[in-house]
Amino acid sequence: MKQVKLMKGNEAMAEAAIRAGADAYFGYPITPQSEVIEYLMVEEPHKRTGMQVLQAESELAAINMVYGAAACGKKVMTSSSSPGISLKLEGISYMAGAEIPCLIANVMRGGPGLGTIQPGQSDYFQATKGGGHGDYRLITLAPSTVQEMADFVDLGFELAFKYRNPVMILSDGAIGQMMEKVYLPNQKERLTNDEIIKLYGSWATTGKPESRSRNIITSLDLKPEKQEIHNIHLQEKFKAAEENEVRFEEIQCEDADYILVAFGTSARISQKVVQLARNKGYKVGLIRPITLWPFPKKPIAKYANKVKGFLSVEMNAGQMVEDVQLAVEGKAIVKHYGRMGGMIPTPADVLNALEEKLISNK
Amino acid sequence: MTEEIIIAGFGGQGVLSMGKILAYSGIMQDQDVSWMPSYGPEMRGGTANVAVILSNERISSPILNEFDTAIILNQQSMDKFESMVKPGGLLLYDPNGILHHPERKDITIATIEGAKEASALKNKKTFNMIVMGAFLKIHPIVKMDNVHKGLEQSLPERHHHMIPLNEDAIKVGMAKVKIIHDLKRIAVEN
Repeated sequence: MKQVKLMKGNEAMAEAAIRAGADAYFGYPITPQSEVIEYLMVEEPHKRTGMQVLQAESELAAINMVYGAAACGKKVMTSSSSPGISLKLEGISYMAGAEIPCLIANVMRGGPGLGTIQPGQSDYFQATKGGGHGDYRLITLAPSTVQEMADFVDLGFELAFKYRNPVMILSDGAIGQMMEKVYLPNQKERLTNDEIIKLYGSWATTGKPESRSRNIITSLDLKPEKQEIHNIHLQEKFKAAEENEVRFEEIQCEDADYILVAFGTSARISQKVVQLARNKGYKVGLIRPITLWPFPKKPIAKYANKVKGFLSVEMNAGQMVEDVQLAVEGKAIVKHYGRMGGMIPTPADVLNALEEKLISNK
Repeated sequence: MTEEIIIAGFGGQGVLSMGKILAYSGIMQDQDVSWMPSYGPEMRGGTANVAVILSNERISSPILNEFDTAIILNQQSMDKFESMVKPGGLLLYDPNGILHHPERKDITIATIEGAKEASALKNKKTFNMIVMGAFLKIHPIVKMDNVHKGLEQSLPERHHHMIPLNEDAIKVGMAKVKIIHDLKRIAVEN
């Protein structure tokens, strides 16, 4: 049987990294995600699996350590919170360009700037619409439980290597700081160079044998004709991810007149709102995007002609609501409700907003 | 069954660890649990609180605006949370340092002299377990053998010799809790 523990989201993610067979973690502390590196430092995974953990001198150093180790085909992870992720974006763009797999966790806090250390979801645009420069996408997983904080580590690595692209776990301070029951995954062995080549092909800088030409890891091509071919190749990968990797959860949508769309902490709150609304006689459902990119457009579009309206519930000024609108294509009313600055809406707040913005407007 | 609890007081009273022990006890009886603390600047104001949910079903929101039970250990927390107890719910508090006592008539109100009893036990750190005992007397949501397992899980092994002391403190709380206003809707089990 799997081991069951009571853990913070941040700790569960750190333990899951060890158990996923990660080769290294490079990070720099920042509230509210410092427990990730704290846990790894206390746990000393080099004694358990040989996994290396290093506190870098800055976020910039950390992401470039990830770049270097991941270019050698290693399973590497970093984590930070919003302002720290902004610092890492250059490296993330480079890795997307150089087709380097890695896992980045953002335990979001309110912004912009240093903002606040309380939870936020205002990095949705940053995660899903680029953030760094150039035409690239980040596969973005949004956990809403401590269990998912653990489970999405292995899934994130799997997707990163499948598409040779950085993957982001987009969480927030509430899930990072709260404790829940978590079933820890079993320990996976770390991969050898030969196993990496067998599983994912020989693209990494694992040492040049006679049998092949040099592997070059770079995001630079000065010839525009060649760079465009590279761009087209990247876009084909992103298209494949859009077709194959959409993940979402649907709760009580079958008979719904109104559908809430929410991820992460907002989705947990919205689940309660579905119960409260149904107790009052409103038929309300919830669609919870698990992948924020690729966004579950079709599952939302499916209900566009059936419902009276959608409410996008987010801890920001209205970001995901734009993707909901794109999915709905004007066929239904789409409204947004959000709190900012580190404020977390209560279930009662969301229910009031639903009544005011959608139900009483009809 | 779902029990939504807020535990609130000063930092250092053991609020967060009481919540953790309750949550671990819930896990020991196969329940779903969540433990959502205040963190950061909220705590630097001197107050600490944690929302703990134990449920036989999947827990939806860990963030709540009303609670089945409020365990209140200072005046600021009384001011903030008295109105957030659901009608028919329970408010348990330590009257030590409370200037404005709760006045609601639609909830059960109970007191435990936690600080006083902890002094009598000559160990101030037993305070939170005395209060937890008082709560479990009124709402026996976790069985004592599961509390024992919960203590084993939440305390590091070097502190396991303290478990009997903690269990004695729980018993003191159970013996000394006083119901001030009884709605009779809550079954008191012995």
